[in-house]
Amino acid sequence: MATNNKGRRDFMGMALGGFTALGGIGALYAMKRTWDPLPSVKAAGFTTLNMKDYKEGELVTEKWRGKPIFVLKQSADTVAKLAKEKPDDLKRLIKVGDGHYTVCVGLCTHLGCIPGFRPETNDFLCACHGGMYDVTAEVTKAPPPRGLDIPPFKIDGDKLVLGEEGPEYKKMLEDGITMPV
Amino acid sequence: MAHFDENARPFSHKWLNERLAIDTLKRVLSTEYWIPKNINFLWAMGMVLAATFGLLLISGIFLLMYYQPNTQLAFDSVNYTIMSEVGYGWLWRHIHGVGASVVFLIIYIHMFTGIYYGSYKKGRELIWLSGMLLFVLFSAEAFSGYMLPWGQMSYWAGMVITNLFSGGSLHANGLVEWIRGDYVPGQAFLNRFFMLHVLLVPLAIIGVIVLHFGTLRIPHVNNQDGEEIDFEEAAELYKAGKVKESKVIPFNPVFLSKDVFVMGVYFILFFYLVFYHFEFAMDPVNFDPADPLKTPTHIYPEWYFLWSYEVLRPFPTDPGLVAFGFAQVIFFLLPFLDRSPNVAPASRRGAFKFWFWALLIDMIVLTFMGKLPPEGIWSTIGLIAALTFIGLWIALPIITAKEKKL
Repeated sequence: MATNNKGRRDFMGMALGGFTALGGIGALYAMKRTWDPLPSVKAAGFTTLNMKDYKEGELVTEKWRGKPIFVLKQSADTVAKLAKEKPDDLKRLIKVGDGHYTVCVGLCTHLGCIPGFRPETNDFLCACHGGMYDVTAEVTKAPPPRGLDIPPFKIDGDKLVLGEEGPEYKKMLEDGITMPV
Repeated sequence: MAHFDENARPFSHKWLNERLAIDTLKRVLSTEYWIPKNINFLWAMGMVLAATFGLLLISGIFLLMYYQPNTQLAFDSVNYTIMSEVGYGWLWRHIHGVGASVVFLIIYIHMFTGIYYGSYKKGRELIWLSGMLLFVLFSAEAFSGYMLPWGQMSYWAGMVITNLFSGGSLHANGLVEWIRGDYVPGQAFLNRFFMLHVLLVPLAIIGVIVLHFGTLRIPHVNNQDGEEIDFEEAAELYKAGKVKESKVIPFNPVFLSKDVFVMGVYFILFFYLVFYHFEFAMDPVNFDPADPLKTPTHIYPEWYFLWSYEVLRPFPTDPGLVAFGFAQVIFFLLPFLDRSPNVAPASRRGAFKFWFWALLIDMIVLTFMGKLPPEGIWSTIGLIAALTFIGLWIALPIITAKEKKL
């Protein structure tokens, strides 16, 4: 009888434990989902820029998903110089109409400070930990592991829609020029 | 079968004793909880910490009455409402700010006292581990609280620290966004860190404090010579009236009276800071409201995080994160990395003496370098100090294994 009893109790224990574990996993999933960004936060993730508004060599900071976005129209001289000295960096520029633009998330890829643009040297310096970037926001001095990230974009005539993935952006991802933001 | 005296008057000693065993509780937790005589003022730091936590709790309750966890209102609710409208609001804020800073100073003294006297070995491992858990929880409490005034330092510290969770090249942006509840620190972020600061983390801290006291009860506190005392024998001697011959005293009221004296001295200093020098705990940059489009020119954590920040900073991203992770967990392993059987003050332990002072000085150097901008000679000193920190911990098992048994 004792062994029989023990078998029943083991079964009760396992059944209770099993259902408790199931409930626990369910509760953990619900908690994880509660911490997720809200749908309204995710839906508000698009910004449209009119690229005709920008002047050559003048950095403008826009906002997309609460993050600063650097927009810098490059002069023909800079493009010619890059083509000669750093042809790889040229691939980081976005061509809209006749203009070449640096468009990137203005947060240092090290730990997320905002690097400052220095017009006199045509580069970016992050004051937090001393990282440096060239005019196309490619990294030139550590600690940042890579250049500033390029946000997902779609070219729409003279406009640039941030948050949508156009063919030009997808090609950049494939070529490893930027990483998903 | 429990016996209850029907004639006992409600709430009389006998009545309570039958229902709550108050005599036993009092004996086990205070009047017959034996403390060695051979200790110094550093052994009072535990009660000093408990009292400081109490002050943080009380001041926090009053701040909570007017604080608004809303990105639009938080800054003014602290800097205007609490500071200039609420009667004595400034007092609670200054106690809370100074307390948060000073509590870490006492934690570090408490920790280094334990390291110096070897109070983490031979039955005392759980005291050390639960204490380290408290250190981590206090760090989480300090960080989440630092977010709440929603000034520039709050915002950018929130940005940088949550970015650590992207794991460098792992590029785990999804995890970072999940922690924040948004692409950048915003309303969701402020609300959840508010919840952590006022409920979940304090609850965990209170629980682990109880555990920390519990781990102390059986092995008892260490003493200045690391002597293994037969507590039962010493207690019998004390109870037999041979107070002078006995090596122990009861926690309450004998040892507690010394604790209270040390606390008295401590609170004079504490309230001097609260009333006359609170500004050391209030970073001027945090008196600018949070601006997601402008990073302050130089950001740095509060002084108590500087040493671990400086272990992160001199390296490129990935090795930096590894070094930082190392610094966060390595103290937990102390009881297992120290291979020596000796429980004795560092001064009698040969090479360990130099290890102890080297670690202390190295962490002070790291703290200073963490505050200075990462340029030129400071960068180099920071790098050397960070490498020394890692090297010291790697050397610990080797030098302690070679230590002679005392």
